[in-house]
Amino acid sequence: MTTARRMRLAGCHECGQLSRLPQQHGHCPRCGAALHFRKPASLARTWAYLIAAMILYIPANTLPMMITGSIVGTQSDTILSGVVYLWTSGDWPIAALVFFASIMVPLLKMIAILLLLITCQRRSRWQPQQRIKLYRLVEFVGRWSMLDIYVVTILAALVQVQSLASIAAGPAAVAFAVVVVLTMLSAMSFDPRLIWDPLDDGQEQTGEPHESEH
Amino acid sequence: MSQNTETDPVQALPTATEDPPKKRSLQLVWIIPIVAALIGGWLAVKAVLDRGPEITITFRTAEGIEAGKTKLKYKDVDIGLIKHVVLAPDRQSVIATAELAKDTDSMLVKDTRFWVVRPRVGVGGVSGLDTLLSGAYIGMDIGKSKDSQRHYTGLESPPIVTAGLPGRQFVLNTAQIGSLDVGSPIYYRRILVGQVTGYQLNPNGKGVTMNIFVNAPYDKYVTLNTRFWQASGLDVSLDANGFRVRTESLASIVAGGIAFQEPNDSSDTARAPENAAFRLFSDQVLAMKTPEADAETFVMFFQESLRGLSVGAPVDFRGIVVGEVKSINLEYDPKAKNLLFPVEVSIYPNRLKARYRKGASAPVDARDDKHHKVMDALIDHGFRAQLRTGNLLTGQLYVALDFFPTASKAKMDWSESPVAIPTTPGSFGDMQNTAASILKKVDNIPFDGISQDLRKALQNLDSTIDRANRLVDRLDGDVATEAAKTLTQAKATLATAQQVMVEGSPLQQNMSSTLQEVRRAAESLRNLTDYLERHPESLLRGKPEEKP
Repeated sequence: MTTARRMRLAGCHECGQLSRLPQQHGHCPRCGAALHFRKPASLARTWAYLIAAMILYIPANTLPMMITGSIVGTQSDTILSGVVYLWTSGDWPIAALVFFASIMVPLLKMIAILLLLITCQRRSRWQPQQRIKLYRLVEFVGRWSMLDIYVVTILAALVQVQSLASIAAGPAAVAFAVVVVLTMLSAMSFDPRLIWDPLDDGQEQTGEPHESEH
Repeated sequence: MSQNTETDPVQALPTATEDPPKKRSLQLVWIIPIVAALIGGWLAVKAVLDRGPEITITFRTAEGIEAGKTKLKYKDVDIGLIKHVVLAPDRQSVIATAELAKDTDSMLVKDTRFWVVRPRVGVGGVSGLDTLLSGAYIGMDIGKSKDSQRHYTGLESPPIVTAGLPGRQFVLNTAQIGSLDVGSPIYYRRILVGQVTGYQLNPNGKGVTMNIFVNAPYDKYVTLNTRFWQASGLDVSLDANGFRVRTESLASIVAGGIAFQEPNDSSDTARAPENAAFRLFSDQVLAMKTPEADAETFVMFFQESLRGLSVGAPVDFRGIVVGEVKSINLEYDPKAKNLLFPVEVSIYPNRLKARYRKGASAPVDARDDKHHKVMDALIDHGFRAQLRTGNLLTGQLYVALDFFPTASKAKMDWSESPVAIPTTPGSFGDMQNTAASILKKVDNIPFDGISQDLRKALQNLDSTIDRANRLVDRLDGDVATEAAKTLTQAKATLATAQQVMVEGSPLQQNMSSTLQEVRRAAESLRNLTDYLERHPESLLRGKPEEKP
């Protein structure tokens, strides 16, 4: 199956204009947006964001997420200690929810991107259908992974009774937010067409018609 | 997609504007993981650097201590956190492991102390109220030692004296602790100047050694000569001196306390060194007494009952207390086959010395010959001991020393020990003897004979009254008629007199004309005197001629 890249055609990301692109880079003749066959340096960017996210994932989990001050003293909780507290105090569903939303989801997201990156880098032809589904899932989940940050910011804004009780976001909140943003950026900079490129190299047919635009 | 109608739709597509081929700098995006790595690395390094020393503290109980929550505070600054609490292997105590902030190594020395701050309510006050809500925390007092230490044994109660508190520590020895306790106040002239910091039973079980702390600047009033006494509670005493209630302050009534002061005649004002040992007296009177060493013991044998004489009763010389009764014994004298009641007394010659050796500068040795001579001379002059009633209400006795010139001769035997001071029967004994002799005399009165005489006299009196009665009867008969006659005549005489005196009677008229004459005479006499007053010369020259 022929592809747009082989025919030297590229669609504009912004106005949708299909145009011929003799070189690797150019500009849309209609709107002037940058044109390219594949996202430039997609793998490198994805790698960079992913590595940064992975590094910051460590402080996000070890530093205190929320600092609760009240007349009975201040208490700082990491995400995990909060989960443990919820679990031991009997709120199992909430503990499970927080655990999945705050610990498992970012972790799985990073593992998924890592998997995609490695397979693409090695030009693997393994399970492209499953991998694109995985990519869609990562994209979809990305927008929900800021749950913790919402909770902390809402609580910090609501609970400010000065000396009686106050809640402040800890350093982990920043790290966690950065991790989420970085994983989203990482997922965004990944070009899913790279999954199909190895198949194209071998001239093999797949049931799925290839779109030049995503 | 394409609107073109040409055979090759691809060729009909517009060609993209060409871009000069440029090298995309991929390095820029790698800044992000580098920055992330830097931040992560910095956090890791900081965590390692901030990690302070770890110590273990052994407490008797983990009451109020919570792993991960209980803080270590020094001067209310958080310097650590209890990480976990476990039972000691012997299950007799708990071991709390605490992680301290960095740079606390210098605080962890040998005499650094830890204790749990909990709310405490005592007589002395309330402390740790803030921990009611916040939960207990571990207090800390940094020691002065240089030796580093990591394993501590926590105190059960907060220390009274924290390092750096100006003042000095002293040691008190006492027979019993009374109502004192750690934290009991110490007063100097009723000012709160310190506290009891601890006490322990002496190893032999006899006596208690107490540590006290006197705050600066009051510690300078503790001199080598200072006396300490228990100002505990309410001291109510009833003795020959009467009824006394003594207390230092309201708080000390409840909590007990110690007071100190130096004797009034003290001249030694050298400050006592740190940890100097003092004796703790049971009350102020004892504390202020001249030390026992100066006392001289005498013995006295009294003939009368010693009921009311107690150990500690004063020995008084004309109102000056010069000693006290040490003991009262019972002795059998085999020679005289008699029971004796020796009363041992301590006499402080120093109190007497200034009195009987006026102007003497050298201290008198109670045992030298000179002193003996003086005493012998005194005895010759009738110096005796006597029991007297100090308080009529309680019947308490005291020993009085005084001169009794009429006392029978006596001599002191200086070879004996203790020396006996001759006695004379006490005032109370005297009184008893006199009363007995009076009663004896009363007993001798012949009351029977007196009553017979009395009866005879009464019979005589009866007959006398009879005779008097008869006399009165006769008077009634004879004299009354005569008297009536006399009265009638007297009445007539009075009527005549009335007639004479009535107005208009000749006597009355004569009287009034006479009075008129007298008045005229008086008038002319007045005229004459008036004239003479104005013209005294007329007495010599006669009345001048009337001018026409």
